[in-house]
Amino acid sequence: MNLVTDTTAWLADPRHWQGSSGIPIRLLEHIALSGVSLLIAAIIALPVGLWIGHTGRGATLAVNLANLGRALPSLAVIGLIVPVTAAIDPQLGFKVYPTVIALVVLAAPPLLVNAYAGVSGVDRDLVEAARAMGMRERQILWGVEIPVALPVIAAGVRSAAVQIVATATLGAIFGGGGLGRYLVEGIAQNDDGKIFGGVVLIAVLALSTELVFSIIQRRLTSAGLRREGAGADAKVLPVLEGPDATPA
Amino acid sequence: MIRWDWIADHLDDLAGRAGQHLYLAAIAVTVGFVISFALAIVSIRQRRLYAPISSVSGILYTVPSLALFAALVPITGLSVLTAEVPLTIYTILIYVRNIVAGFDSVPADVLEAADGMGYRSFERLLRVEIPLAIPLIVAGIRLASVSTIGLVTVSGILGDRFGGLGFFIFEGYRRSFPTEIFAGALPSVLLAVAVDLVLVAAQRRLTPWTRPPRLERVQAAA
Repeated sequence: MNLVTDTTAWLADPRHWQGSSGIPIRLLEHIALSGVSLLIAAIIALPVGLWIGHTGRGATLAVNLANLGRALPSLAVIGLIVPVTAAIDPQLGFKVYPTVIALVVLAAPPLLVNAYAGVSGVDRDLVEAARAMGMRERQILWGVEIPVALPVIAAGVRSAAVQIVATATLGAIFGGGGLGRYLVEGIAQNDDGKIFGGVVLIAVLALSTELVFSIIQRRLTSAGLRREGAGADAKVLPVLEGPDATPA
Repeated sequence: MIRWDWIADHLDDLAGRAGQHLYLAAIAVTVGFVISFALAIVSIRQRRLYAPISSVSGILYTVPSLALFAALVPITGLSVLTAEVPLTIYTILIYVRNIVAGFDSVPADVLEAADGMGYRSFERLLRVEIPLAIPLIVAGIRLASVSTIGLVTVSGILGDRFGGLGFFIFEGYRRSFPTEIFAGALPSVLLAVAVDLVLVAAQRRLTPWTRPPRLERVQAAA
């Protein structure tokens, strides 16, 4: 098996673990790009989703927008943003910005829909009881609705994170960093070891992301919910029948 | 920011690439459907098989398309297979889930009634189960088509012979020419939306019973 030896040789070569295009740096770039995008998307989408879930206002509009966002082809979204950012900043406008903006746009729908669906799915009796006990709206949201909805919200974060990590690979097409560089360079240089080494690294990162976030999701489920078995397997709520998101 | 004259000069190229885009997507959507339909039928008859089928395709689904395209380059070279195999794989998870959900949505008493009327197993599948499963199956075709159209763009990484409209995104980047990137990106999005709308209309046509009855018809009946 030529491919296996090529790949192991490429991965085992100490030169590929050093310097600015070495595996540790590319991995860090990938994680940093994904982390920043997830953070920005969460800061924008989660409060909106929670507010819609709490008040019930604008739910149809939000779900429809999120549905539309889910159908957007990720590479094309980056392509649509490039002309705008390139006009503003000819240097970085081709590289980092379009990818970050596209990642935020693509991560927002699962975050928003799950925050909304989680909060609006909280048992109304529970909310009424909290209100009758004299809790203020803010206290109801933070003390009752969010804790109960947390597994569903966390499922949205997981889905967004997995999609971001996958889509961040595409940033390499536009000269950005991250593990995708190995694929783009490997194909251009006709280097099978590099291609497959990159594929292995990306697959491991994508699956680890899924694993880490599902552990976090389980941890965030309160003990009472876990006993009932309600939160443990909370899924991203499908807007249409189908997987959580379109592949990147 | 955008040089509209360049776009006007290249309308022929754009149309040609849009055709290629649809062609590359259509192969995957069709082949994927045939494979998935068989897998779905098998998993309905043998429930034990559904979990492994769905988890294997679920794992493949988290792998980014760029990586899957790249992974096939050392094996199949820069051929049509390199583009079509990943595209087809991605459709399978969407399809299998939706087709199985479609068959699950057929009420048990309807199946019993069909059995009571003497339908044979194959006849029941063809005349009762498939028609009732159509709404969810078509929902799966919609999702698969839209996501495949998005992914065809990425196949442009395999060279000038692939990518459909995505070709312009790659070439535009190589030439640092934002207009060309835009000229590839916008039509890809529009194509996905247009195909989705066509399939919604087709679904309405295929399943007239899911439409709410028109008022005048109800009144005429009464």
